Amino acid sequence: MSSFWSAWIIVLTLGTLIALMILLKWNMSNFTDVEEGESMGHSFDGIEELNNPLPKWWTILFWACFAWGFLYLALYPGLGNFPGLLGWTSSNQGIRSLEESREMTAQAIAEGRNVQYVRERQRAEEVYGPIFQQYASLSIDEIAKNPEALRIGQRLFLQNCAQCHGSDARGSLGFPNLTDGVFNWGGTAEHVYVTLMEGRVAEMPAFLDQLGEQGISDVATYVLSLSGRAVDREAARRGEQQFAVCAACHGMDGKGNIALGAPDLTNNVWLYGGSQRAVEETLRYGRNGVMPRWDEILGEDKVKILSGYVLSLNAE
Amino acid sequence: MKKNKHELVEKHVGWFAVFAIIAISIGGLVEITPLLFDKQVNEPVKNLRPYTALELEGRDIYIREGCVGCHSQMIRPFRPETERYGHYSVAGESVWEHPFLWGSKRTGPDLARVGGRYSDEWHYVHLMDPRAVVPESNMPAYPWLAERVLDGRLTERKMRAFQRLGVPYTDEDIEGAGEEVRGKTEMEALIAYLQSLGTALR
Repeated sequence: MSSFWSAWIIVLTLGTLIALMILLKWNMSNFTDVEEGESMGHSFDGIEELNNPLPKWWTILFWACFAWGFLYLALYPGLGNFPGLLGWTSSNQGIRSLEESREMTAQAIAEGRNVQYVRERQRAEEVYGPIFQQYASLSIDEIAKNPEALRIGQRLFLQNCAQCHGSDARGSLGFPNLTDGVFNWGGTAEHVYVTLMEGRVAEMPAFLDQLGEQGISDVATYVLSLSGRAVDREAARRGEQQFAVCAACHGMDGKGNIALGAPDLTNNVWLYGGSQRAVEETLRYGRNGVMPRWDEILGEDKVKILSGYVLSLNAE
Repeated sequence: MKKNKHELVEKHVGWFAVFAIIAISIGGLVEITPLLFDKQVNEPVKNLRPYTALELEGRDIYIREGCVGCHSQMIRPFRPETERYGHYSVAGESVWEHPFLWGSKRTGPDLARVGGRYSDEWHYVHLMDPRAVVPESNMPAYPWLAERVLDGRLTERKMRAFQRLGVPYTDEDIEGAGEEVRGKTEMEALIAYLQSLGTALR
């Protein structure tokens, strides 16, 4: 804030306070020639006004408020650029980027400044830091077997993951079930961790133009036959001949490819529905499953615990 | 008889009103005017960009449907809030907001940094029927958004209005903006808007 506006605030604030004090003082004297407690000589609806002073308790409260006001302005930031004697501030202000925020936080800690939010974070770090620390040295597979870590993992899951994957982690149409042991992007600790940290974007293209309606129906029939479903074998045979376009991602055997997030088509697990119609729709319009990235929102420690939690859901 | 000066306000309501207005406006002069000239509330954060035409239309739908009544867009600098929503909101993120949609009521969660948190697909399912993905939700469903199509008739004029208010749209940005959004559904616009929220400080 420029010094002009700082001065503006200080002069107006203190000026108003002082003017009010003078007004109060001024109003405490008797301006009439009527004695205190005597009638002012008029009445309204039978109620007579007496010349009484301001009530004592009220006047005392008034002065107490002034005292409070001056004390507050001395201790806390209120008068323009004057930071207050406590040096207190609610948070680092005027930041333009996350880097700046981090720098200012580090600076506030180094200089021991009284920034409420930074101190709040520090206090929390003292309490929760060691708890996360004890899992930092564990591997994700070990976390998946650690009951206490899993309790933390479940809370994190309910708060951050349940919106898509459901509170029971069984997912819903379009959002993967995390308990069935099927992971399109790989089910090892490392894979799950990367999925959480960096997010995933799956791209199933639309095939309507390339295959035509008949082709869509045939290929869908063939895809269903891969998981052992009873289908029209003639249509499946025709579909198989066109399956080469699918094989680029799903493999010739239809077993999928975790590098691309291409689902295994032989296991009867269907992210977007396993009816003939649903599979046809997937083929016709394509699908774009997106897993958001959580590295910046949650950080490594929490993602690690969450990865362990997800793995534990699949442990037999 | 002594002159009672206080009668000026006791017996003349006009003077009383004048003094009351002076007393109240001092509050505004102290609390509002310095901010109008303050760098902190006028300078955008580093990565801030104006809304695209589609996002801008989505924002208007957000306003029309009254989302602001249940969702705030203001993360306060308290740890329980930043743990859930991300970095607290700063003034520089809102410099091109007209009007602000900070809100003051959280029936649903804060949305200041909802951008990128869910997939577009999730938003679609959730807006069509919130219970489909969040069984505990009491949010209303907004299925008509998927049917209603934008005509883009006012898009360019809206952007011009924002330009006049100081949002750095170039004439090229505005040119053909209506064409850009025409035919898109309100659902697409709203999701585009939601996905943009809070991404400048990340």
